[in-house]
Amino acid sequence: MSDAIDIRRVVKRYGTFTALHGVSLTIRDNEFFTLLGPSGCGKTTLLRMIAGFEDVTQGEILLFGQNIAGLEPDHRPVNTVFQNYALFPHMSVLDNVAFGLKMKGMAAGPRRARAGKMLEMVHLSAFADRLPAQLSGGQQQRVALARALAPEPRVLLLDEPLSALDLKLRQAMRVELKQLQEDTGITFIFVTHDQEEALTMSDRIAVMSAGHVQQIGSARDIYEAPVNRFVADFIGETNLLEVEVASVQAGMARVVLPGGQQVTCPSATDTLGRHALSIRPERLSLIAAEGDMTATVERVVYLGTDLQLLMRLDGGADMQVRIQNSARTDVPQIGARLGLRIEEGAARLLAD
Amino acid sequence: MAGMVPDQTPATSGDGYRRVVGPLLLPTWAMIGIFLVVPVALMAVYSFLTKEFRGGVDWQFSLAAYDQFFLNRGLFGDEPPVMEWTYITIFWRSIWQAAVATALCLAIGFPTAWFIATRPANTRGIWLFLITIPYWVNLLIRTVSLKFLIRDNGPLNEALMGAGLIDGPLPLVNTNLAVQLGLFYSYLPFMVLPVYAAVERYNFAYSEAAADLYASRWVTLREIVLPIVKPGIVAGCLLVFIPSLGAFLAPDLLGGAKTFMIGSLIDEQFKGSLGNWPFGAAVSMILMTLVMIALLVYARSTAKGGAA
Repeated sequence: MSDAIDIRRVVKRYGTFTALHGVSLTIRDNEFFTLLGPSGCGKTTLLRMIAGFEDVTQGEILLFGQNIAGLEPDHRPVNTVFQNYALFPHMSVLDNVAFGLKMKGMAAGPRRARAGKMLEMVHLSAFADRLPAQLSGGQQQRVALARALAPEPRVLLLDEPLSALDLKLRQAMRVELKQLQEDTGITFIFVTHDQEEALTMSDRIAVMSAGHVQQIGSARDIYEAPVNRFVADFIGETNLLEVEVASVQAGMARVVLPGGQQVTCPSATDTLGRHALSIRPERLSLIAAEGDMTATVERVVYLGTDLQLLMRLDGGADMQVRIQNSARTDVPQIGARLGLRIEEGAARLLAD
Repeated sequence: MAGMVPDQTPATSGDGYRRVVGPLLLPTWAMIGIFLVVPVALMAVYSFLTKEFRGGVDWQFSLAAYDQFFLNRGLFGDEPPVMEWTYITIFWRSIWQAAVATALCLAIGFPTAWFIATRPANTRGIWLFLITIPYWVNLLIRTVSLKFLIRDNGPLNEALMGAGLIDGPLPLVNTNLAVQLGLFYSYLPFMVLPVYAAVERYNFAYSEAAADLYASRWVTLREIVLPIVKPGIVAGCLLVFIPSLGAFLAPDLLGGAKTFMIGSLIDEQFKGSLGNWPFGAAVSMILMTLVMIALLVYARSTAKGGAA
């Protein structure tokens, strides 16, 4: 697989504020790649630099090997689905979809035929003659998608395209977007602050914060093997425990838990001392006997599919535990003192 | 029918509603009556009256004013009537002058409005303020000042000659160009302000979307920006064109006999004993009718365009 986009030490400054601190990453051809991070992390800035709406202060952006950092947006073979769609309000849905083809010089006949096909693909053929304002949010979103895909870009950029939709529609669109990406074989670069969106659709995810890429990996990688506190905390829920590292070698560390017990776990660091240990709440199980740690149940939160137990370790730290809500589950009493067992390999020592 | 169905008239159109709101609408009706209906009606009536020689009118029905506008019956009024072109020529010239002034206002006003609308939000007010400052000065003073600027030994010609660009002064005063400049200068803010309001509401994401879809800057301006801000441009053009059409200060002060416009023609009819009130009123009626027809044609064409 070749690289669709190669971002090399890209810096973006606005006056004295630095939005991106030398970001490097590569996005493969045919990949569904997500830039994930809280607002202000620089993910949208990076996307807009790829599209050409923002200048590159320093560094290079290669598109299939060609440096596009100096090209105007209308000379880049990428198309964008905008956050609020930016559908042209004075044009019919069909004319919106056909606009890119018209600009590329396609004749009226084939242009309308292709735009019609794109509308068919997003199930909006019946709405071709409407104005964008006459469509619902979900329909406008599909028009924006059809418009951006019509000129057959090599890379499609999506700037939080689902954030304006309601939950049900958002969930349905996730599946459709992924399907569309697989069917068309176009590289998708998707920007979102919603980790669930990122986890469900992406082949790979770049987690960003404060203008830095924190970690790049598959959904499983970043969820199960976060490299640092930010990633562990931002993706899903986790328990972060301050622990003493007894020994570390070859990516495995032996750490001392708050109760004094020692466990061996994968490690993102190779230094001794105090580090954060991340344990996902669903990877802890309750046992009647002495476990890896001992804790008291303080509160039980009913979540439907799960029960969330808020517990306090003997050492004083808070712990969350998630257990499945099935008929066989014994719901622990508040105040009960129980052992906690960490699943094999489920704890992870973080670099920072 | 009336006996079968219970009264379902909504409360907003019932008698009670009318009793309350009716009196509250009186000031509006009074305004429209005093400032719109009565003056226009007076003008319409006067145009069908007989001229009084010391100015004013005799209350006697006559078509003489319209006859004078359209037909030439010779010096003593006893020849067979032929088409009279004098006043139609003045109309035509006025329309042309006003159109050029409107085009000038658009050419300068659109970039100006664009510039202001794309400044940071907290500085836009200052720019708009600067645009309106000259208009605190009386129109007469501004027009006379413009004449001083462009006359043969005025600063413009002296600067051009001083720079060696021209040998003799450009004869600007008493030309069509001078009148066009005068009208342009008189009404520029009426173009800038509505266009600014439209551009300020324009969502620049549309321009980004167009560029993303391979449109150059010019194509984006033509296909996206202009159609979206068109209502502001149309409003600006109307606000400049209509008063330019009836203007008399700029043509009187900056133009000569060859640049005589409708405004001056009407103005003359109401001055002293040489005037002709019915004729002045008739010219005004014809002008107003033309403007109304033009507006109706435009409104109908956009209504059709919007539905298609």
